[in-house]
Amino acid sequence: MSLLQTKNVVKQYRNHLALDNLSMTVPKQSIYGLLGPNGAGKTTLLRIINQITAPDSGTVVLDGHKITRNDLHSIGYLPEERGLYKKMKVGEQALYLARLKGLSKQQALEKLKSWFTRLEIIDWWDKKVEELSKGMQQKVQFVTTVLHEPKLLIFDEPFSGFDPINASILKNEILNLRDKGATVIFSTHNMGSVEEMCDHITLIDRAKSILQGSVERIRGEWAANEYDVVFRGEADIKTNSHYEVLKSTRDNGKSTIRLKTGGELDINNIIRDMTDKGQVISFNPALPSMNEIFIRVVEANKNN
Amino acid sequence: MANVSTIIKREYSTRVKKKSFIIMTVLTPLIFVALFLVPILIMGNEDREFKKIAVIEDGSDLFRGVIKDRDDADFVYLENADVNKLKTTFEEAGYYGILYISPVVTNVPQAVQLISKKQPPLDLLQHIEGALEQDIENKKLLAYDIEDLSTILKSVQTDVSVQTIRIDDAGQTKETSTGISMALAYIGALLMYMIVLLFGVQVMRGVFEEKNNRIVEVIISSVKPVELMMGKIIGIALVGLTQFSIWIILTFAILTVVQSKVLPDNPQEISKQISQSVMSQVPDSQDSEMAQQTIELSAQEQEFAKIFNNLMNVNWPLILISFFIYFIFGYLLYASVFAAIGSAVDTDSDTQQFMFPVMLPIILGLFVAIGTMQNPESSLSFWFSMIPFTSPIVMMARLPFEVPTWEVVVSVAVLIATFVGFVYLAAKIYRIGILMYGKKVTYKEMWKWIKYKG
Repeated sequence: MSLLQTKNVVKQYRNHLALDNLSMTVPKQSIYGLLGPNGAGKTTLLRIINQITAPDSGTVVLDGHKITRNDLHSIGYLPEERGLYKKMKVGEQALYLARLKGLSKQQALEKLKSWFTRLEIIDWWDKKVEELSKGMQQKVQFVTTVLHEPKLLIFDEPFSGFDPINASILKNEILNLRDKGATVIFSTHNMGSVEEMCDHITLIDRAKSILQGSVERIRGEWAANEYDVVFRGEADIKTNSHYEVLKSTRDNGKSTIRLKTGGELDINNIIRDMTDKGQVISFNPALPSMNEIFIRVVEANKNN
Repeated sequence: MANVSTIIKREYSTRVKKKSFIIMTVLTPLIFVALFLVPILIMGNEDREFKKIAVIEDGSDLFRGVIKDRDDADFVYLENADVNKLKTTFEEAGYYGILYISPVVTNVPQAVQLISKKQPPLDLLQHIEGALEQDIENKKLLAYDIEDLSTILKSVQTDVSVQTIRIDDAGQTKETSTGISMALAYIGALLMYMIVLLFGVQVMRGVFEEKNNRIVEVIISSVKPVELMMGKIIGIALVGLTQFSIWIILTFAILTVVQSKVLPDNPQEISKQISQSVMSQVPDSQDSEMAQQTIELSAQEQEFAKIFNNLMNVNWPLILISFFIYFIFGYLLYASVFAAIGSAVDTDSDTQQFMFPVMLPIILGLFVAIGTMQNPESSLSFWFSMIPFTSPIVMMARLPFEVPTWEVVVSVAVLIATFVGFVYLAAKIYRIGILMYGKKVTYKEMWKWIKYKG
């Protein structure tokens, strides 16, 4: 089941094409990563979903119907360029933003109090925003984004500017919201968080989608017959006709060796070979990191 | 619509709660009243302390008893006193000062000196000057040896004051005062100029602040950009109206309180008396002396009563209603332009290049308005009171001199039409501008934004 679909979305700015026929399908209750270099068109796509900008052609479908302004109340959007009124009091401001999302004052107050208490910013309720640290401001922004319990959450570069502690709090909250039924789209440069959190991704480069699918499948496809073998103590492994030793490292009394096999080969034979050579602790397929895949795909696209 | 009212509420309440707003609102009427009253108070509250003044003439005896004593001053004529000696001792002798008259006074006006420790009040000086002048004039005239001089002098004394009466088409006459019309024109035009600028710039700052804070994208993910823009413009308009209402009420309240203490009791009564006495003056010259006495209420009271009378003759409903309408639409027109500017720029200094063309018609309007006060019927004033960007200011200057209704209607209609058009254009620039960072915007660029669809 998909919650959101974009179909052949095109957006042309004066001097460049921002989105070229972009289609993607976001499954319900999943975390969807939108990756891509700066200026690839991620923010434009997110703005189109939020109806801040209109596409030149193509449609956005939410929950089976073409998206309209009425749907904005079921979307929570944390833009990349985000801020708060500096002179306004924190509580008042959060209340204002919640009211704009259609919550009644009473509802908004109740929810805000419980979120603020949970994120330990309740003591700052009557302080002006300019008195808050950047981390706390980001917490406030996060709360105002998710407060109205939208079914679709959109975060544009959510982790930029967060310190590691707040970033991990934020990650947990996002996972939590997904588990409670929300669907999350986020754009990021932080590939670590993609591996950790995303179920599916779309990689956008120069206005086009150049890689799409589930994170697990993509990493599997890019695995390319490489394996990491870890031995206790030392092991003397040399390149032979069956495999190639790509690198060999040693620390803490362990040796890690990366092998590249010749292709359609019986893995069992190699494992047997390894156990002959030393005491094997682990034998794993070496999945490429999303970072590597990202760089390779974008580089390849550049050369086209 | 619910969104717009939420936005209006925020814009209004955050501004009204600001300390600077509260201070400005309370202080301005006080300053206004002070500006109006201080000169009157100074005049009324002059040093009324009793003064004894020594009069010394240098070697002659021409002016003995010429300067009459007043309630607050005695003039003591000292014979053969030495000025230089008295200069050091006059205070101990109980004198306020020494009036020293040199015999050359008949030819040299500066030959009279009033020596004192304190600055003498102006009216005391006028009293002395008047008495001496009168006396010297009389003495000079006497020297010509004309018969019945005193009778002649009395009969030639004349006082002229031009009454301006306007006749409308229906033949109704009305006493008017060019002075009051001019004052109203000036106040109206200047107020309009101030409001448009003050609150228009506030709109620009507000939009700019939202863009700079980076909160704008958060908000327009909930509401339409045009709703945010209009919410801000209307919110600030309400702040302006609130401030003005308080200003007007406070000013009147303070004036009423002060007036009852400082100014004559019942101006209406006085003005009635005057018009009666002026009437009675005409048919019979014998009564005129009596009338003269009635009129001699005191020059100040008379003047005040006249002003009051003329104020009552001003078409207040027309002026106030027009002011309100021109304020609303003039402000809305400029505020939408200012909002567009605020959205397009990235830094404060970038606003300058766009401010200039907006300021130009405002300032031009003020200049034409000032010219209008001299010559309300000129064709320049007419056209500038029709052109929407100057009409709010110039029309305020024309209204006290009475303007045909159709002209006001046409001018307002043009203004409203222009406002609608400009809000549409401003919204288009605003929508794109608020999301445009790190780019120096040009007019060409803004024109492209206007043409963008969707």
